[in-house]
This record gives sequence, structure tokens and C-alpha cells, in this order.
Amino acid sequence: MKKVSLIKINADKCMGCRACEVACSAFHANPKYSSTNPERSRIRVSYDQLNDIYMPVMGGEYTAAECNARYTITVDGKTYDECGFCRASCPSRDLFKDPDSGLPLRCDLCDNLDDGALDEPWCVKWCLNDALTYEEREEEGEEEVKQEELEIGLEALADKFGLDKIVDTIVRMSESKKG
Amino acid sequence: MRYAETGFNLEIDLSHGNIEKVETDPRDTELHLGGLGTNAKILWDRVPPETDPFSPDNLLIFGTGILCGTPAPSANRTIVSTFSPQTGLMAFSMMGGFWAPELKFAGYDKVIIRGKSPDLVYLWINGDKVEIRDASHLRGKGPLEVAELIKKELKDPRVQVAAIGLAGENKVFYSSIEHGRSSASRLGVGAVMGDKGLKAIVVRGKKDVNVAHPEEFMNLCNEVLEYRNFRWENPIKGVPAILAGVGSPQEMALRDEQWHTTSFSWGHARTRRKDFWTEEVEAQWNKIQDTAIVRLISCYNCPNECGALISYPALGTPTYMMKCYSKLTYVMGAMSNDLDFGYRIAGQAQEYGMDGYTNPQVMAFAVELYENGVLTDEDMPGFPPRNPDGSDEDRFFWLLEKIAHREGIGDVLADGVYWAARRIGRGAEEYDHNTTKKHEQMVIKLGMLNPIYYLLYGTGEKANITQIEGQIPQAPLPKELREEFISNWMQIPTGKEERFKQFIMEWGDEDKVFPYYPPVDLVCDLCEWQEIMHYIDDATGICAGMSSFLIKPPYHIHNIPRMVSLGTGMDIDEDELWEIANRNRTLIRAINVRRGMRSKDDEPPVDHWRRRFPDYEAKLKDEYYKFKGWNSDAIPAEQILDELRLDFVARDLKERGILGDGNTEGASETPSEGGSEK
Repeated sequence: MKKVSLIKINADKCMGCRACEVACSAFHANPKYSSTNPERSRIRVSYDQLNDIYMPVMGGEYTAAECNARYTITVDGKTYDECGFCRASCPSRDLFKDPDSGLPLRCDLCDNLDDGALDEPWCVKWCLNDALTYEEREEEGEEEVKQEELEIGLEALADKFGLDKIVDTIVRMSESKKG
Repeated sequence: MRYAETGFNLEIDLSHGNIEKVETDPRDTELHLGGLGTNAKILWDRVPPETDPFSPDNLLIFGTGILCGTPAPSANRTIVSTFSPQTGLMAFSMMGGFWAPELKFAGYDKVIIRGKSPDLVYLWINGDKVEIRDASHLRGKGPLEVAELIKKELKDPRVQVAAIGLAGENKVFYSSIEHGRSSASRLGVGAVMGDKGLKAIVVRGKKDVNVAHPEEFMNLCNEVLEYRNFRWENPIKGVPAILAGVGSPQEMALRDEQWHTTSFSWGHARTRRKDFWTEEVEAQWNKIQDTAIVRLISCYNCPNECGALISYPALGTPTYMMKCYSKLTYVMGAMSNDLDFGYRIAGQAQEYGMDGYTNPQVMAFAVELYENGVLTDEDMPGFPPRNPDGSDEDRFFWLLEKIAHREGIGDVLADGVYWAARRIGRGAEEYDHNTTKKHEQMVIKLGMLNPIYYLLYGTGEKANITQIEGQIPQAPLPKELREEFISNWMQIPTGKEERFKQFIMEWGDEDKVFPYYPPVDLVCDLCEWQEIMHYIDDATGICAGMSSFLIKPPYHIHNIPRMVSLGTGMDIDEDELWEIANRNRTLIRAINVRRGMRSKDDEPPVDHWRRRFPDYEAKLKDEYYKFKGWNSDAIPAEQILDELRLDFVARDLKERGILGDGNTEGASETPSEGGSEK
């Protein structure tokens, strides 16, 4: 059996306050909670206020390539932005990338609920209007091997510069540190 | 490293196109904290009292509260400060929304604008890159439209835009600066922005805002949110619905308008309609509100839903966002029976960028002058007749166009009731009955003098009572609810617990009624508490709707000092925070005193209450001045200035002969140039 964690988004209840972004970026600051910066948040509220569009989206997979075709989605007469529902950290946009390093940011479920210190993710905890709610359940299947933050970052760098160049750089860096 | 604040201001000289990033002095933070406090210090230091509000030397400051951009819930206020073309005094205007945190993330605590641009421009602050850009294509456009156009132009939907509308460009004395559903609308800050040739300030930031003690700070934020939830679920009993909950007045969520429509005055603050709120009206208004409001919305990092997106087919104006009480101000001013009229005209007025509180009063004043033959068809060619239902809805739409464009009579009315009355003459001054310090007051006319509100209205430096009042019920609680009320009232300042609880327990008893109850010393204490809490919020950037405006707010004198200390790394206790707020309050009084304000200006409108007690009122004022350490002419005395480390203020006031020889100069009697003379 494996544990499945689910963040439910009820976009109808979102008031666009972005408290989820605040709490997320504070948790992921280093040291923890030491700074806030929505740009570093792994959840972002896309909004188009006058068209009544409020859509919280959690950062998902890193991808090296854009989609072949963009698309728009219209629901209840409201046309959402291109990529409006997409969670990817991708070359077509700045979303879910660290503003300083450009490295991808992915929701890590508050680093898998902070070693038991959290009973729900920070974004859910700070969404007092219940646009975000959290559920855990068991499902058939095997636990997936967790991809570490470092690995995700390195993968992005490898796509950008090539694996060889990264290996060379790491060797050089470690030598200069020794020296 | 600086915590909570960025430690940098952005200085923009629009006359020379100069842009500078300037490091601020941490000592100013220690003394004034931030927001309004440090804004005031800059205005004191850099704008001499003879400066006309429309002079290039007047500064227009967009300040952020010191906690804006930190995780502190509801700390999102932008504090705009300048000198008002309408009053000649320091302008207070603040707004919620998303602008202030974004400026912090861009790396600045304030934007300080001086000079005047020869052409209409907008300012684009993109982190370290700051540009003054052409705005000629935005001329005459409304703030919401401007924001949408700029987002497209800059290809970034996440920029935050504060902009003026046509009224600001035309220097209407009560034009606003609009930002989404928020607006800094009081005292003509939009006119000063228009005078500077600045259409908008656009901000985008991607940097960190740091706090000094992260873990404890976050824990305290959680405590504030938990108490907010408790208060959300436990409204105060025995007070009107609008004062019972959390948030700024929940005008968008609440549909029950009995309190406003039957307690406040209609028309030009003349008529009470005590029987207005019938079942029929209620059903009709509920239907309109349910149709009009598409979604309740909130400001940055705030759980309260005080605003709303307004959109419905019959609207006749594009979709817009509204908050608070402006849905009613036009309805009541125009003696309308129709909430739909309120939504329609408020949307249009907001796109012109006009104060929804003053604007209907000016229009109702014009209607009153017309009805009494002071203004005639000669002055107002084409002025429509009354609507068949007896309301002035068509006239209001007509006046709105004239004022926003400063056309014909509109050019006169655009200066507000006080100056318009004097320019019209022919006895029009007699109809100027609801202004104080040359500014339109709340449309309330009551019976018995309320000594607390007498001082709040009279001596308050702010033009809006909701930015002065709070903490206590506005009327005695029913006897059976008093015990429960005081049982969990932990917001009272240390040392005042017994006194304030006793007040709640006995207020309203047989001989414990206005005007001679509460006793003067208690009136002073209650007034100061209410006012100081607002001055604290104005420095921290916390919204009054989570703090000073509320009864039993989530933020109070016991947790804000901790929040400020943990955020900034300074060590500030309750007394020290109180002192900072009192310092800021006193400095602002001194700024206005230096511009001519005196005790005679500290008066509520003459007809605010039917029953007045001139001798007693004089005593109230006198005692309050003593309590505040001011002299009998409302000038802060040397002793209090020294105590508050404002000795530089004392020196200046003495050099000018304002302190020391009982000077009794009054406020300036000429309007700003470029307004009436235009």
C-alpha cells in the first residue's frame, strides 16, 4: 500500500489573498521562515480579477521543453490563461523557478510534512477560506522513490549546460576547495 | 541586515527625471517605525510649511507599513502622504490591496515623488530597474483600464498598479489613487499625483523580505489567525452586525442595511429615513446584491473578504471591484431607493478616480443649492429634473460628468463643499454644514452630544472617523450582555483593565449617560486608546479591519509589540510602542500646526448633534489637550515634544514664534493654486 496525499483546490472559494504563497515561501526559506518572497513560492495564484479567475496552482514537474502547442480552456464562460492550469516549471514561463538561480521549484508537500511536525501543508493551513483542503488516503501500489531537491536542480542544470560540463565544474570546484 | 523593512527608499524627481535608491537611517525606524510615522518625518524635514500642495516642492510619498511583506496577516497597507489641496494640511490616505508588499519585494520601503513631469508619465519599478515611461496613451483612462493596459504592455500579469483616473488628472480636490478594489481616496492625494503628471506607479518585486526571529514570528502569526477564526465564529453580541465581526465593515457580505439606511443621514446629510428599511426594500436590495456580487475578494495575505467583484448585465459600466460602504453613499446622497443605482454610479466614479465618501456629498450639496435657488439653470444649463420617484439619480450622473471633467459648475464643485460654497457665494456658505477642517465628514446627524465622538471628530487629524474609532461599542451594551463582554476582553492596555471594564458595566445605567458620562478623564483615556491603536496600524501597515477599527480585534496592544519586535529585531514593549505611536501622532499635529491649524479648527460639524453644550465641549477639548500635553490652542508644548524626543520640532516651532507666545493664527484661507483659479 502507498500513501497518497491530496490537496484539493476549490477555485470558487479562492479570494485571491495569496496567503498560500506567503506561507509556502516562508517555510521554504533558509533558515526556515526567515524570509518571505511569493516568487519563491511553490504554489501561485493565477488571477485575472476582472474576469473572475482565481486559480491556485501547485508547482509540479520540471520539464526541459515547452509544450508543442499551447491551449486555452474555457469553463463556465471564463477563458483561463494559456498554461493557466499547468503545474510545470518550464522554459515558456517564469513560474515555479527560483528568482535568483532560475532552478525549478516543485511542491514538496512541505518537505513531506516536515517530519511529522505538520498535519497539513502550510498553504492549506493558511487558507482560512478552504479554497485549499488536504486529504491523505491509502492506495494499492508501491511507494515511489522520492526525488530529492538536489536531483531536480541538477537535472535542470544538466539540461541547460550538459552533464559533462556540470561534472567538470564540480571537479574543479572541489579541487579549488581542497587547494 | 535590516529586518522587516528593506532599508531603502526610492527617490524620484519628476522634474529632472532623476531616480535614486537611498539607504534610510535606522534611527528613524526606531523613532517612527515606518509607514505613516516615517512618512510624516520626511514631510516635516523636507516640505516647508509655506509649500503649496500643487508646488513641485510638495512630496507625494507612497509608504509601506513596517510589517508589509512579512507573513504578518493583513499587513498590506500602502500609506500615501502629501499635503492636501483641499485642506492645506497633511493628507492621510491609505489603501489595502497588494501594492505595498510588492514594493517591499522590489526592495523599497517607500517611493518619494517630487517635482512635476512636463508630460504624463508612469513609473515602472521592476526591482532594481526603475523607469519613467510615457503615459500619453493612458490619458483620461480609468485606473482599472490603465492597470489592464499596463499588464499587457509590460507582458506581466503580476505587476501591481496604483493609478489615477480622469479626476486626478484634472486635479479634482477629492480625487483618489486607485489600486484594484482598494483606493487611497481621502483628501485629494490623486490630485497631487495628477499635478505631478504621474498617471500610475507600477511595481514588481522578486526579492526576499526578512524577519529577525523566524520561528517565533510564524508562531505569533498563527496565534493571530486562530483568534481571528474565533472572532469570525463569535460575533460581538449587542452591537450592529456591521460592527460585530472581523474585517473592515462587511458591506459586501452583509445584506442587512437597516443600520446605515436608518441611522445615517440622506441627501446632503439632512434627512433621516427611519422607516426606510422595509421588508419590501430588503427583498429587493438582497436580490440586487446577490446578482451584482460575483465573488468576495480579499487583500494580500488577509483571510477577510471585505471586497467584491461586481458584474451584472444591467450594470452599464464594465466589471469592477468594490469595498465597504460606497455602495450606499451615492444611494443615500441622491435620495435614491435603488441599490442598483449605487452600484452603477460607484463603478463610474471609481473609474474617474473620486472619493466615494466626499463625492456624493458634494453632489447633494449642489442639488440642495439648486433646490433653494442659490444655483440656477443659468449656472447649470441642462441640469436634469428630479427623477419621477423623487430621487436625484439623473442629476447625480450629470454632476459626476461635470465634476470629473471640471466643466462649468463642475469646475467649482471639484474643489469640495467648503471652497465651492465660498466661490459660489450668494449665501452658499450657509449650506456648508457638514465639513470639518474644510473636508466632508461622515453623514451622521444625531440628538445628544457624544463626548467621546466629539473629541474623536474634533481633534482627529484624519479625515475619516473609521480611521480613528474602534475598540469599544458605539452605544451602551444591553445590561444582560455586559458581563459576557468583559469576561474575555484581553485587548485593554495594561493598567486600564478595571477602568474600562467598569465603564462597559455601568455605561447606559440611569445616570451614566451622555453628555456628562463618561467623566472627562475617562473620555480622554478612551479617545487616546482608540486613536493610538490606529496610529500603530498606520506604522505597521496592519489593516484596521483586523486591528484598530474592531471591537476585540486579533491584533492589539499586547501582541503587536511582540510582532514588531520579532519581525524587526528591535526590542519594543507595550509602553514603547505606545510612545512611538504618540510621537507620530504628535508630529503630525505639529506639521499641521506649522501650517496654521489651531484649536478653532478642532470642531465637528455644528449640526452633528442637535443638543450641544458649548461650555462643556470647551472643557472637554481643554482637558484633552492637557492630557495630550498640548497647550490651550492645540499646539504640542515643549515638554511633551522633549519627552517624545521631538525636540527638533519644539525648536522649530519656537523659532517660528508658534510656541511660546500664545499665537492664534488660523488655517490658510486660500485654496491651492491650479484648482479654483483654473
